[in-house]
Amino acid sequence: MQIGYSVKRKLLQVIAFGCSNAHLLNFKSGKIYTGKWKYFCNPGLNCYSCPAASFACPIGAMQAVNGSMNYSFSFYVTGLLLAFGVLFGRAVCGWLCPFGLLQELLHKIPSPKLKLKKIFLYIKYFVLVVFVLIVPAAVTNYMGMGSPAFCQYICPAGTLEGGIFLLAAQEGLRKSIGALFTLKMAILLVTILGCILIHRFFCRTLCPLGAIYGLFNKISIYHLEVDEHKCNGCGKCKRACQMEVDPVRNPQSTECIRCGVCVDACPQSAIRLGYLKTGGT
Amino acid sequence: MDKRKNRLVILRLAGLVIAGVFISYGIGRGEAAIVLNKAVHICFECIGLG
Repeated sequence: MQIGYSVKRKLLQVIAFGCSNAHLLNFKSGKIYTGKWKYFCNPGLNCYSCPAASFACPIGAMQAVNGSMNYSFSFYVTGLLLAFGVLFGRAVCGWLCPFGLLQELLHKIPSPKLKLKKIFLYIKYFVLVVFVLIVPAAVTNYMGMGSPAFCQYICPAGTLEGGIFLLAAQEGLRKSIGALFTLKMAILLVTILGCILIHRFFCRTLCPLGAIYGLFNKISIYHLEVDEHKCNGCGKCKRACQMEVDPVRNPQSTECIRCGVCVDACPQSAIRLGYLKTGGT
Repeated sequence: MDKRKNRLVILRLAGLVIAGVFISYGIGRGEAAIVLNKAVHICFECIGLG
């Protein structure tokens, strides 16, 4: 019996989630892991202020360097994202991202399911350019340091994985709750509701990391291929795709997270996910 | 088709080489230390307090 992509992927998602958040005892103490693994960035979105987090968040790390006194561009984090992007493209979102797994679990909550209007897909590029790249480097204080605008004003992963748990464990932090926390909780609640109704709502509308990896889908080594000779145009793959991509017409779509649902759905075995081979469309 | 394949291979290799150069240069000028320093302290902005 062949194991489908849905099972393989879920297994790897759980393993990636566990590796990304290995320090579970920190939830009790309300401290965060401070070891050397945090030199390295997680390929997916995972707040480094989550008590259990093992690695640095790539988006937080990029803003930290862009907003530092000495530098306004991070070669280190850009290099890591470039490497992940060329190797895997948005398969990182589909297979390795801890916040992606949380969104998929939320979507399993029974409710009416909605489709996303295409215009909303472009918001994440605006978020990437303005909140991750420009504001941390350009809006600085008297010491020349910028604030991580995406983390500060938008990121629901930080509120969920870091904020709620740290505030629950540390009374001192709870005294500092103000308008900003209220704003971030509101964004988190909208995100949760969005994810229940729409598949990977945050991933598709707001995630700057998804925006970056999506740009690499056209050249990534791990990619999707469609055999035109086998495909009979039945459209089952398009109907099965929860990211609302047509794998036959656009196999390298910036929205494809390489989940493999279309591969499992194809009765002709015309779709393939894999490395290196560069044939097909 | 062969031209397309070759261009893709070159793009991928170039991407990985540039990534390696960027990572090395970034580490060399101390960016990894900035990342570590940020990641081992509670980020008040991230949790909605900063």
